[in-house]
Amino acid sequence: MATRQAFDRALAEVQRDILRMGALVEQSVYESVQALTNQDSVLAAQVIINDERVDEFFREIEDKCIELIATQQPMAKDLRVVVTGIKILMNLERMSDYAVDIAQATMCLIGESFDDPAMAEIPRMGKIAQRMLKEALDAYVEGDVEKARAMCALDDQVDYIFDHLFRQFTASMQKKPAFVPQGAYLLYVIRYLERIADHATNVGEAVIYLVTGERRELN
Amino acid sequence: MSGSKMGIRNLSLYYHDMQALKDINFDIAEHSISALIGPSGCGKTTFLRTLNRMNDLIDGVRIEGCVELDGRDIYAPDVDVVSLRKSVGMVFQRPNPFPMSIYDNVAYGPRVHGIKKKTRLDEIVEASLRAAALWKEVRDRLFTPATGLSGGQQQRVCIARLLAVEPEVVLMDEPTSALDPISTMKIEELIRELKHRYTIVIVTHNMQQAARVSDITAFFLNGEMVEAGGTEFIFTKPGDQRTEDYITGRFG
Repeated sequence: MATRQAFDRALAEVQRDILRMGALVEQSVYESVQALTNQDSVLAAQVIINDERVDEFFREIEDKCIELIATQQPMAKDLRVVVTGIKILMNLERMSDYAVDIAQATMCLIGESFDDPAMAEIPRMGKIAQRMLKEALDAYVEGDVEKARAMCALDDQVDYIFDHLFRQFTASMQKKPAFVPQGAYLLYVIRYLERIADHATNVGEAVIYLVTGERRELN
Repeated sequence: MSGSKMGIRNLSLYYHDMQALKDINFDIAEHSISALIGPSGCGKTTFLRTLNRMNDLIDGVRIEGCVELDGRDIYAPDVDVVSLRKSVGMVFQRPNPFPMSIYDNVAYGPRVHGIKKKTRLDEIVEASLRAAALWKEVRDRLFTPATGLSGGQQQRVCIARLLAVEPEVVLMDEPTSALDPISTMKIEELIRELKHRYTIVIVTHNMQQAARVSDITAFFLNGEMVEAGGTEFIFTKPGDQRTEDYITGRFG
């Protein structure tokens, strides 16, 4: 008879819950960018409400992890599973907060006309950040170090678009002072997307640590 | 940690035809605490007992390879085994105080080695009981029977008794498995203190204890030393799957 069946079930439950939380956050990231590009205040409001569920997940799963440490004395890989779980939770929670920030910026931009051609880049940036999160979660569930590494490399693309858009928007603000209020919010938005991608990279690094026990800086 | 206090080279042990230890190689650094872990019957206690030739007392035991203390093989024909067991002392699982007073228990070893002067014996008894973190508890009843003490205190009398003959290496065979949790914690604290003056090797079937107390952990399985390394590595990222399976409690 296999030993520690109850413990194995509890570990599997933690991993499943993290994936469910991750799916919610992925949805929020996607919807926050949709809401912005479509000027959809209803969708933006939904993103803000969903964050409460994400926070609830965070508290529940973190409590489970702490309980496992106290009651099961996990060692070696089990310990890494629990500790990595907590790290991933923290990164997911921050990503959801940034999605909320984007939604709030969207609320402030309702009614603005998005004339700047650089605006078209924002959905592309959002798509990459969302893809990074999805692949980080896939790497987590599959224990796939190569997938985690490849996903982290996408961060360079996000940083590139960020630099490009930063220059575009600041140039536009210098040329047209009337654009400044909108431009300021858009700078925040691209900063939030860049941070979402960084947090996805943190998840990738956590997956590598989980599988190999080694730390890698891949930002 | 300084150089190797004890070096074990290609050590094999046979009980008649049965090979109980298979080609063990291990270095024990001075002033370190090494924990030996592994399932029942894996050879960890047999290995511990080779370090002070306690296995000599068993019929049909044969050793190959060598065990060095400060670079000298303890199995060489000219070695004085009594003197060896003074330098490399052992604490056992069940406290075994002699049926005499606390004072006489601790003074026993020094007396056997020829120390007769009362003031000198008093000094040694006090110093040893202090080193075993027991002095304050027993100073007012030194001449009462040691068997009247609690299990944890009896174990500390045994430790004091051992320290009184000034060993260099202290071997401990599951020293707390017969004790309650509080006594266990006190003895673990004591072990951490002792490492500053002695070199310690402890067999334990309590993995959390090995993780709490030791610098180096060695995992034994079927007479083999599968893996040995820094305790923090063995318990977070062991190299061998068998070690991982044992410490995560997964077999079968």
